[in-house]
Amino acid sequence: MTRRADFPLLAANPDLHYLDSAATSQKPRVVLDAITEFYETSYANPHRGAYALSVAATDRYDAARRTVARFVGIGDPDCLVFTRGTTEALNLVSSSWGRANVGKDDEIIVTALEHHANFVPWQQLALEMGARLRICELTPDGRLDLDCLSGLITAKTRVVAINHVSNALGTINPVAEIVRMTRERSDAIVVRDGAQGVPHLRVSFDELGPDFYAFSGHKMCGPMGIGALLGKRELLEAMRPYQMGGDMVEFVHDDRTTWNALPHKFEAGTPNAADAVGLAAAVDYLDSIGMDEVLRHEQSLVGEANERLSEIEDITIYGPPPTERSGVVSFTLGDVHPHDLATILDGDGVCIRAGNHCAQPLMRRLDVSATARASFYVYNDREDIDALVDGVRKAKEIFGHAAV
Amino acid sequence: MPPSDQSARIGALYQELILDHYRKPRNKGELPDADASIPMKNPLCGDEITLHVRFGNDSIDDVMFSGRGCSISQASASMMTQLVKGKAFDEVETLRHRFREMVMGNEAAADDASLGSLRALSGVARFPARVKCALLAWNALEGALETRGG
Repeated sequence: MTRRADFPLLAANPDLHYLDSAATSQKPRVVLDAITEFYETSYANPHRGAYALSVAATDRYDAARRTVARFVGIGDPDCLVFTRGTTEALNLVSSSWGRANVGKDDEIIVTALEHHANFVPWQQLALEMGARLRICELTPDGRLDLDCLSGLITAKTRVVAINHVSNALGTINPVAEIVRMTRERSDAIVVRDGAQGVPHLRVSFDELGPDFYAFSGHKMCGPMGIGALLGKRELLEAMRPYQMGGDMVEFVHDDRTTWNALPHKFEAGTPNAADAVGLAAAVDYLDSIGMDEVLRHEQSLVGEANERLSEIEDITIYGPPPTERSGVVSFTLGDVHPHDLATILDGDGVCIRAGNHCAQPLMRRLDVSATARASFYVYNDREDIDALVDGVRKAKEIFGHAAV
Repeated sequence: MPPSDQSARIGALYQELILDHYRKPRNKGELPDADASIPMKNPLCGDEITLHVRFGNDSIDDVMFSGRGCSISQASASMMTQLVKGKAFDEVETLRHRFREMVMGNEAAADDASLGSLRALSGVARFPARVKCALLAWNALEGALETRGG
């Protein structure tokens, strides 16, 4: 049942309990091999050379795009733009679509549950354009308050930017329902931050129906430095390029330039073909497990971790019930600072995240400066939960010596 | 590294003295007539400290700190205020450099009696991710002293 053996770093460190996959996932051997194999057999600059090796590199890059597109359910692979990751994809939309379509007194809706990558670009766009940023608040158990959201969406709304799954709490937020609400009340675009969605849930862009959807490869067993933006063709075609350079142009006159077709218009410069190939291998790896099984596995671990942690006195667990979460448990332990908790757990080889999780607006609303976050993925098992629970009890013991 | 070594290091880090200063910080609060109030943040963990300093002619007349953070940052701030209160500026500068050396792993600094109870924080050197926590208040102190000009 355990998949640790597929992951060289985990296989080489049997005492390591890696519970920080919401930050980044470990890499299976097949992904590392695919990248090496590309460099060893098919490496040249795609789209450039008239020679066979460049054509081979181009073919591999295109094939990777088709593989990833199929995985995220977008029928038109040309509407999948490779980016450095979610952050770049969201900045692409806010810069290019945002500057052209958001004006004074327009409104942009984000939520209190956003990662800074889906909050700050919109806040800054609003400041730049004289638009108003509206923030959808949360229910007490860390879900989006959909009544609050529906009240915020009006004819003035130009953008509704919401994550698919919260990185800080693991909350799974509805996509189709939010799209429907938005369409009923406005002609705003719906932008989803899928950085924590694609790694954990079966995603079909065409069925879910948002206008843009962004995700990162490194959180889904793929390499760092590759991710994608999925967009509706009519929107992408109307948008101005985000960066200028080689490959994204058609004709460069002395006084003007015309743009290459999608997706190249948004992929200026030499593409990251090697990591696209690695991401395609990651997709094949996740497919071999099956995304339904990935989620089932995570939720079973989170359910058990949740139950066992909540038996510890002074533990507070944030967010909705485990059945409405992906593989995340966010918690605090009495007056033990999460940073201290993480150091003590690290002493036993347990890697968790402690901090604000790039979600300071959420931390303010939870009235904490930080939480501890354990996040689970395909390679985790019950032994990791044992180590986590033992470590938390140990922290309690160490801090228990001093009177509160 | 073997878990037993790490366990000993954890024990060395979270000494009773540090937890005592965390739970019962000394000189915590505002200083209404402060000459300098320097906020310092560690965005990584959300810790924030503001150091309030009142200067004498050539020494630190009074010093308090406010804010919240982990045990290391709070204990460091608490013990630091105890140590530097009433001390001459040049002596404070020497202590500040000495403390920095200690948390960077200088063993002679860890034995230096001039650092007093702050030597309890020498274990931080084994935890590179926590060095910044220990230095937070000291960096604020540096900023406060810089406001004196010249």
